[in-house]
Amino acid sequence: MPKLTVDGIEVEVPAGTTVLQACEAAGKEIPRFCYHERLSIAGNCRMCLVELEKAPKPIASCAYPVADNMVIHTDTPGVKAARRGVMEFLLINHPLDCPICDQGGECDLQDQAVGYGFDHSRYEENKRAVKDKNLGPLIKTAMTRCIHCTRCVRFATEVAGVAELGATGRGEAMEIGTYVEHALTSELSGNMIDLCPVGALTSKPYAFVARPWELSRTDGIDATDAVGSNIRIDSRGPQVLRILPRLNEAVNEEWISDKTRFSNDGLTRRRLDKPWIREGGKLRPASWNEAFAAIAARTKGLAGDRIAALAGDMVDVEAMAALRDLMAALGSGNIDCRQDGARIDASRRDFYLFNTTIAGIEQADAALLIGTNPRREAAVLNARLRKRSLAGRFPIGLVGEGADLTYPYAHLGDGPAALAALLDGSSPFLEALKGASHPMVIIGQGAIARPDGAAVLAAAWTIAREIGALGAAWHGFNMLHMAAGRVGALDIGFLPHGGGRDRDGILAGAGNGEIDLVWLLGADEIPMDRLGRAFVVYQGHHGDAGAKRADVILPGAAYVEKDGTWVSTEGRVQRAARAVFPPGEAREDWAIIRAASAALGHALPYGDIAGVRARAEALGAGRLDAPLGGGCIDQGGPSGDPRMLGTEAFAAPVTDYYRTDAIGRASPTMAACAASVAPTSAVAAE
Amino acid sequence: MLHDRDRIFTNLYGIHDWGLEGARARGDWDNTAALIAKGRDWIVEELKQSGLRGRGGAGFPTGLKWSFMPKASPDGRPSYLVVNADESEPGTCKDRDILRHDPHKLVEGCLIAGVGMGAHVGYIYIRGEFHAEYKNLQAAIDQAYEAGLLGKNACGSGFDFDLYVSRGAGAYICGEETALIESLEGKKGMPRMKPPFPAAVGLYGCPTTVNNVESIAVVPTILRRGAGWFAGLGRPKNTGTKIFCISGHVNRPCNVEEELGIPLKELIERYAGGVRGGWDNLLAIIPGGSSVPLLPKATCDTVLMDFDSLREVRSGLGTAAVIVMDRSTDVIAAIARLSKFYKVESCGQCTPCREGTGWMWRVMERMVQGRAEVEEIAVLEQVTRQVEGHTICALGDAAAWPIQGLIRHFRPLMEERIAAYKAARTARPLPIAAE
Amino acid sequence: MTDRSSPASAYDGGPESFAFTEANRKYAEKQIAKYPEGKQASAVKGLLDLAMRQMEAETGARWLPRAAMDHVAGILGMAPIRVYEVASFYTMFKTRPVGRHHLQVCTTTPCWLRGSDAVLHACRLAAGNVPDGTVSADGLFSVEEVECLGACVNAPVLWVGDHFYEDLDGPAAQRLIEALKRGEHPRHGPQTGRQNAAPAGGPTTLTEVPPPVPYRPEAATPEPAAGE
Repeated sequence: MPKLTVDGIEVEVPAGTTVLQACEAAGKEIPRFCYHERLSIAGNCRMCLVELEKAPKPIASCAYPVADNMVIHTDTPGVKAARRGVMEFLLINHPLDCPICDQGGECDLQDQAVGYGFDHSRYEENKRAVKDKNLGPLIKTAMTRCIHCTRCVRFATEVAGVAELGATGRGEAMEIGTYVEHALTSELSGNMIDLCPVGALTSKPYAFVARPWELSRTDGIDATDAVGSNIRIDSRGPQVLRILPRLNEAVNEEWISDKTRFSNDGLTRRRLDKPWIREGGKLRPASWNEAFAAIAARTKGLAGDRIAALAGDMVDVEAMAALRDLMAALGSGNIDCRQDGARIDASRRDFYLFNTTIAGIEQADAALLIGTNPRREAAVLNARLRKRSLAGRFPIGLVGEGADLTYPYAHLGDGPAALAALLDGSSPFLEALKGASHPMVIIGQGAIARPDGAAVLAAAWTIAREIGALGAAWHGFNMLHMAAGRVGALDIGFLPHGGGRDRDGILAGAGNGEIDLVWLLGADEIPMDRLGRAFVVYQGHHGDAGAKRADVILPGAAYVEKDGTWVSTEGRVQRAARAVFPPGEAREDWAIIRAASAALGHALPYGDIAGVRARAEALGAGRLDAPLGGGCIDQGGPSGDPRMLGTEAFAAPVTDYYRTDAIGRASPTMAACAASVAPTSAVAAE
Repeated sequence: MLHDRDRIFTNLYGIHDWGLEGARARGDWDNTAALIAKGRDWIVEELKQSGLRGRGGAGFPTGLKWSFMPKASPDGRPSYLVVNADESEPGTCKDRDILRHDPHKLVEGCLIAGVGMGAHVGYIYIRGEFHAEYKNLQAAIDQAYEAGLLGKNACGSGFDFDLYVSRGAGAYICGEETALIESLEGKKGMPRMKPPFPAAVGLYGCPTTVNNVESIAVVPTILRRGAGWFAGLGRPKNTGTKIFCISGHVNRPCNVEEELGIPLKELIERYAGGVRGGWDNLLAIIPGGSSVPLLPKATCDTVLMDFDSLREVRSGLGTAAVIVMDRSTDVIAAIARLSKFYKVESCGQCTPCREGTGWMWRVMERMVQGRAEVEEIAVLEQVTRQVEGHTICALGDAAAWPIQGLIRHFRPLMEERIAAYKAARTARPLPIAAE
Repeated sequence: MTDRSSPASAYDGGPESFAFTEANRKYAEKQIAKYPEGKQASAVKGLLDLAMRQMEAETGARWLPRAAMDHVAGILGMAPIRVYEVASFYTMFKTRPVGRHHLQVCTTTPCWLRGSDAVLHACRLAAGNVPDGTVSADGLFSVEEVECLGACVNAPVLWVGDHFYEDLDGPAAQRLIEALKRGEHPRHGPQTGRQNAAPAGGPTTLTEVPPPVPYRPEAATPEPAAGE
């Protein structure tokens, strides 16, 4: 490890470290604009210049590799002059429009100008004006403010994997843009807003909404997919004004998807803010007591097997634990969390988890994707796959619908036939999989939410075993979920029990009159027309499909409006705090169920969230600190029979990326995004 | 004074056949296999002994540069020779005459350089505007292939060497070696950060040496006639001959090959017919292409034309492009035009150059009119210092130095111009006020 | 507006589609073959130049429409934006239409010192003094001030098509433009009749070059590790 001196402080850093990192190790902060640790090094802003003894000129510390015995100075008059000079150059053509700039208060340029700026401008010439670019519904541009650091270009090219942004022209006429104007097609584009050190790229939906110092910040967990991205929820009063990523190296690094970031405007639209009761075919507002009474009237004397419950995709563990208990109290084992009918075998946790873990992807050296499009189903996880792909020697095979993934892959076939070829040893891709020391199989919901799903699941497991993905130290079998609530539900057994019906059975029973009451806990993704004449209780937050069908509506809380626990596709148990209150009379969901239980005469034995959580744990919910990953202890597979594979091609479960949940469907921003990509997908479908 | 017998570029003016036959008559491709047989180490050592310094502007010893190339590839990466024929430095047009009139000197030089640095592939990057030059060069390479001088077992030496021409498309910055490499890879010509240097990570990530056309083209002659011959010409540490380009206010602008160290005055008077209106009508000279500071007449009277002599007078030999300005010249405008050049040619990658070149040019435009405050001369000077030494490549320095030279030698003229502008304005107050 | 940098955003006009002719396709493949496997992007400038030449053959004006950039991107397997970056960076790629004769006048200091203003004036006059970046009404001429062309001892220089016209002055430039107008192919190079970069009046050096001495070295001196 090279040893060097920074301002007289001796530091020892690993070889390959940059001088900038070494300076930070010595506790010296180095200003920078273009440098970003997750992007390639550009070295163009020149703000990070430091002096290296015996070098003729100052060096760009972000790009300079350390060597033994270097002597670095970061605080000499020369260094200060260099930084002041660069700062002056950056400012001469930068508009001093901070009062009307949305970056104000969280602007790197503004912050650095405090340290290195002049108090007046010596630049007497006209400032440059640059035409703004239209990058679509999410990113607002003010290109005159651009300082050409190229972070956005590098992000688009490297992380997002969509080479659409560039720096065209040259010299002072160089501009960042797409050259031919079009909306960016990345699901990760919003991260460029975070990366932009100035106000050139800002959030279009958030434009002129608030200043950072007006906002309360709450740590949350995203529930728009099953990645479990760590988020920061910025709110003012009752409103969530924006959502930003929180750093978590193991999960989302510092990225979030556009759906995570921008569907928050759906939180204030089409909300269920009071109970409703259907009377004479029409819904009317009601009080909580009326609503509970209406339910009680239907459950009274009803046999448990005529009652059923389905849990939706965004629901927290606490609410599902409470509903599971309530259903049990009512004598019903007809409960299911698999709205899509996915044939998940929950008998062992590693049958339904992303066992390799997201960070573990970086250790993998071959991958087989089955019936999944990670780009649409888990955009941030897809970025990790791309990161691994960029590192080289990572063959990827895909069985399923061909997709515009952000890395090269071999398309092995559309459906089960390709799996059969992998099982019988005839697929040429087996060589790549078997040659790998850390192969991984990723199976998506599109592969198992179908009649032969159990066989597909078993086949995937068998393939994983055959290629050596199920080792004592490496678990390469992975299920990719899309529903944030799904794994938590599976953990606590929100599944049919005691001979109860599963999702298909519930729908069939409701359709033929064997089930009289269905409780939909945030479940909007089922075919409502198959519920027959059943009495439907819809508990949820949006006036979506479920509420439309409901006979009683119990207004619940969206994921940012409650203290809740979610378990991600990799089995990571994460807890979020309430950022804002649910609107109107809406309440946290476990509390609604607790109140209902009393009204139904089966009062649940817990009165606070700690009690619910203890109960959830007893039901099998994981602990927050439970370790992830590890090897495969038992190679015995799920219950399906791999010989029973069907013939139909795997269909992609996500057809409209921006509107996969009730919040997204209520969001004008997501609607605008869907509209902006519509022509592109039409072309792709041709 | 250099004798014709010691001139390397004997078809500089294109009087004779530039093709293979003509080249052979001038001694090119003569027993090249014997040169190659002497081996890589001998070639590099001989070049070191000759004292040849790079002819592209920086003057780095060529033999030493070649010695940085890896002896053997530990990881299977090939080594590349890249020839910089992107001649674009204002005032400079020497490589052009080698490319169009003596291309075989370059082609043969490439083969020998390939041996000298262990490269089996070479690319000549020629500026896109040089179309006729490209045609001749490509034809010369084709002739060489046909005659077995290039390709497998080049010249029967047992050494394989392929040579290709790649055309630029209009960007001065591609004369910077790492920008050239980027451009050769099909990207914008934006200079890379160093380290790593091209000898370690160059073209396609492989060890690469980039040499100027003239540096390569003189190699075969140096090796044939011996390092001692070359080292005996010029002055110590500034050895050999050099093509000088004499442009501007002289009676007969021309290119000429002369010994390094020739007095500037002699160069102009002997070969370019003297300064227009006589030596005393001289105002200033830019001695080494637009990037070096100009010299006032007093310095021109005595200065010698070589790397070290010109450095001593705070200028540089650069590309040995001598731009002469007589007393009729508006020297502020002449330098302002160079400022525009650098502003246009800045690639835009790094902040000081992208923003600084535009700033300097705009202030210079006002200085031409005198529409400025005297204090702004100092601001302008400071801006040049803020650019100089703070950029990724040397274009920033090149943009700064001409202005620094102007201020150093012609500050009173700039002040006069400002005063005159002010005087004219106070004499006619009304129209100005109406603006 | 005299900045010769290519505009940083796309030109709306131009053909909807573009494809190389069979002959040009073959030529393109030869260009690509100069570079190692997988490094075909190296040929991008050559192919863009080829596209402009095809445009010239087809339309009379050597310029680079967006459809041609996309075509080249497709051939080379490059993201279109990377090709746009290249096309907008290098000044020889004209991303806006130009005249049949695009008159490119070097006005950098060495040419300026020797009267490029007069040459520029003559060119502007020929183009009916239309603003730079636009084409004369008859479609014949467009004018651009360019930076140093590397022919400084033959200043001032006018560059049209593939040719440099050197040692010009105002009247000579005018005569030249008239000839172009008439569809003639005037002799390029120095317009004063001098021998390339030799001084006017004839070379003062290289008049007594002796024949070269044949290179006959004694057997190669064995050097340690020489020739490996």
